[in-house]
Amino acid sequence: MKPAGFEYHDPRTLSEVTALLGRLGEDARVLAGGQSLVPLMNFRLARPAHLVDLNRVAELDFLSVEGGELRIGAMTRQRVLERSEVVVSGWPLLREVTGFIGHVQIRNRGTVGGSLAHAFPSAELPVAMVTLDAAFVLQGEGGERVVAAEDFVLGTMTTVLEPGELLREVRVPAPAAGSGASFREVSRRYGDFALAGVAALVTLDRDGVVTAARLTLTGPAPTRARAAEAAVLGERPSEALFREAARRAVAGIEQDSDMHATAEYRVRACEALARRALADAAERAAASRAVG
Amino acid sequence: MAYIGSSVKRREDVPLLRGAGKYVGDIRRPGMVHAAILRSTRAHARVAAIDATAALALPGVVGVITAADLPGLKTIPMRTGIMEGLKRSQQTPIATDRVRYVGDPVAVVVAQDRYIAEDALELVEVVYEDLPAVTGARAAMAADAPRLHEEVPGNVPADFEVDVGDVDRAFAECDLIVEETFETQRHAAVPLETRGLVAEYDEVRDVLTMWGPTKMTHTNWRILSELSGLPQSSIHFIEPAVGGGFGARGEFYPEDFLVPFAAMHFRRPVCWIEDRSENLKATNQSREQSYRVRLGLRKDGTILAMDAAILFNMGGYTRTHGGLPVMASSAMLRGPMRIKNYHCHAYCVLTNKTPVGTYRSPGRYEANFVRERLLDMAARRLGLDPAELRRRNLIRPEEMPYDHGKHPFHYMVYDSGDLPGQLEAALGHMGYDELRQRCTAAKAEGRAMGVGIGCFVETSGIGPWEYARVEVGNNGGVVLYSGVNSVGQGIATALSQIVADEMCVSIDDVRVVHGDTAKVPFGNGSNASRCTVMGGSAAVGACRKVKDKLLALASAELEIDAGDLVLEDGRISVRGAPERSLDFAALARLALPGPALAKGLTPGIAEEDFFATDKRPFPYGVHMVAVEVDRETGMIEILDYLVMEDIGRKVNPMIVEGQMAGGLAQGIGGALLEEFVYDEDGQPQATSFMDYLMPTAMDVPPGRFISTEDFPSPNNPLGVKGAGEGGITAAGAALANAVSDALGVEVTRLPLKPGYLLELMDAAEQS
Repeated sequence: MKPAGFEYHDPRTLSEVTALLGRLGEDARVLAGGQSLVPLMNFRLARPAHLVDLNRVAELDFLSVEGGELRIGAMTRQRVLERSEVVVSGWPLLREVTGFIGHVQIRNRGTVGGSLAHAFPSAELPVAMVTLDAAFVLQGEGGERVVAAEDFVLGTMTTVLEPGELLREVRVPAPAAGSGASFREVSRRYGDFALAGVAALVTLDRDGVVTAARLTLTGPAPTRARAAEAAVLGERPSEALFREAARRAVAGIEQDSDMHATAEYRVRACEALARRALADAAERAAASRAVG
Repeated sequence: MAYIGSSVKRREDVPLLRGAGKYVGDIRRPGMVHAAILRSTRAHARVAAIDATAALALPGVVGVITAADLPGLKTIPMRTGIMEGLKRSQQTPIATDRVRYVGDPVAVVVAQDRYIAEDALELVEVVYEDLPAVTGARAAMAADAPRLHEEVPGNVPADFEVDVGDVDRAFAECDLIVEETFETQRHAAVPLETRGLVAEYDEVRDVLTMWGPTKMTHTNWRILSELSGLPQSSIHFIEPAVGGGFGARGEFYPEDFLVPFAAMHFRRPVCWIEDRSENLKATNQSREQSYRVRLGLRKDGTILAMDAAILFNMGGYTRTHGGLPVMASSAMLRGPMRIKNYHCHAYCVLTNKTPVGTYRSPGRYEANFVRERLLDMAARRLGLDPAELRRRNLIRPEEMPYDHGKHPFHYMVYDSGDLPGQLEAALGHMGYDELRQRCTAAKAEGRAMGVGIGCFVETSGIGPWEYARVEVGNNGGVVLYSGVNSVGQGIATALSQIVADEMCVSIDDVRVVHGDTAKVPFGNGSNASRCTVMGGSAAVGACRKVKDKLLALASAELEIDAGDLVLEDGRISVRGAPERSLDFAALARLALPGPALAKGLTPGIAEEDFFATDKRPFPYGVHMVAVEVDRETGMIEILDYLVMEDIGRKVNPMIVEGQMAGGLAQGIGGALLEEFVYDEDGQPQATSFMDYLMPTAMDVPPGRFISTEDFPSPNNPLGVKGAGEGGITAAGAALANAVSDALGVEVTRLPLKPGYLLELMDAAEQS
């Protein structure tokens, strides 16, 4: 379990990073928190010829609110996100999902950008970002482009990132007034990869009617459950409503089988979690209305 | 008797916690190079050719060893669990012309560092000719199954039967016969520290020194001598600090031959540290058994008979434990229950998986799961509470010592105890009746809450002998040289307590030396919860001889009859005249050759003793657990867990309860999480901690651990019974029973994966 040889690069600025990535192309991988890439390299499943270390690129490590939008630098540690007061008050879903990522020690090293760009099925942050309708800023040597979180992941560990490109920043809009969110997950151990995970965001008007809903499931790629979202729109929250929505959420979805759970299990678990997450989110939305 | 019975803090801990521990990975020798093992990537294949040319050309590579460098290679012998037939499938340290599991050693690369060694592994070209692989025991026994070893037709190198009473007649008298098949999944000890060895040959002194052997240091010392031809006097084994064993670490493995061979072959000190990926393929696995069992009862719940067939999936080769796990299963399947008519047919079956050995409570964990599940199934059909069914069948105190009847390989006479009394106590501690009511109330609300019981008898303290030498050193300190090993269990502390009490000295004046073949000539190692039982008893014997010697020295010096001398507080004084006394340092000076010979005494204060017995003590106990299961996701929450065990006498209650807690953590892992999954071609799927799921601190609930010492063992001078395995042994049983109770289903296999529980619920709904 020792990595194959590689050349190590230690840039200090974003422009140095993009220049390196531009020059090295497909032979390079960026090193963020290393919580996934380093084990893959130790197993020699990943054998990059060049490793570009982002850990000393200070301009990628920030967390701020601009124009009501949360801006997260790719190198922001997951633990920083989890403990941020701004995040707790404005984007509680992010805090909730981050608590499911591995263990504290892992979150101390793991980064927001690393988790999103790795695009591992069952990862929590991608599901949350899709639910919150985040936008990802991708930076190459020639400039930047902005991609919706929903369009970022193409499939298992594959994204729209081109060789030479880097996920630089995540922008998360503030949920509308009267919103509540929830994340539910089952995993075989605390902190383990999710067998199933569901994030829900529900917005209620003053009369308690659902005016917006987003529901995203873990899977080979984060999967938005549009049929379920449509089913609850304009309705009042109820057990029966969410049961029906959850049923629609998993109709026709694809899940993988592995030694820990079959695809069928994952579908069933997603259905149960979708119902619970919707109910939970609606309850929180109602509570926020009551307080507001 | 100041120390025995008190929770003395572990003497091992302070240096280890300070980072002063020297583990095998900390050993550095001048000129040391690093070995990596090329392992088979095929489950079953002929090795047609090996070409190491490219590897040898890589800068930094010292050399490559293949079977061609080892003519006349012998197989690694069994040290226990021996059956003649199993010798036919023993493993050579390196594959000669055929590989039989993924992980089978094919070549050894030695290089300047481990990085280069692993680069070179990729450059060794092996041409395999694949053979059909078989992974399941039942499939391996089929007529058309691929044969693993030419000498073993049917892939069953050994089988045996246990036959007690008259099973056929007893079944004819039964009102209810419960028949079921059960499976326990392959999992393993997986200690935190992987295996590792450093070997160095000193040509001038003609001594091969090896750091890293543990658990069975002296046995392995003899085996290496037999395999290598070096006399034991030219081999020196040193046990470093050890990060866990649990049965797997410290047996004689292929690497225990290959690493010292490489050191001699290349004339360089060689270090090999197993990485985790190797560890999950190469180190002994365990627990994979299939059962078909019939249990016969009367209407009132009295068990009349049991009949079992057990398939023991032993992987590709016989390893050092031979058939021990299934011997233990077949012996202990009756456990704490009075079953007078018993038949069992056990089959050892070769398959294309990693070979197996023991794991903490070998064979018993599996057997307890099977028996305790059968009891609950019978209780349900008879309309009896599971506790009541057990009450009616537990061996009673007046039946002790209880003889289960002849077993071909296992001592079967339970020494002492009150099993029903302990069950009642456990039910009381658990608040069983109230818990049952809570379960009923929860079920009325649609919540799946259940309670499970797992009663057990453990075996411990295996003989046939153990060695101890006790010396009084020049400063008056007492040193115990013991043939047992430390695998992290705190044995040096426990033995120090025993010696301090026996010698009437402070524990600070006692030192324990173990695991060094130059200092301890004999030993049977650390296994089967035997160290305190056997090592402690041997230490007592040696201490008593030393006391006689001290009295003789004092008697000669003070010119007082030894009968008028008393040993107290580290000195010998004249009875009634305490001012006339000699401390141990003074006595040690008197024992120097000059003064001793002048008085006609043998110089030195050093006495050896062997404690020898074939009678094993049997600790016994109860696991009890309450769970709630999420009916939609199959996730299990443990609400309360109680382990009770009587171990005869507690030398150190804190260590005892630590053993129970650690055992339970592993038991929960085995019941819920851990599983070596193989695909149909024999490719292992769980080869890292991403997929081999060990429980972490977050997954293990706070348990309640109650150890008692109500029934000392009559089989040793201390009255102790082994305490290392009670915490794990009935965890699968109790959890499976609790989950079955919660869901109204019948669990028949482990682990309790969420998907399996959904399947059981679906099947229950359909029927």
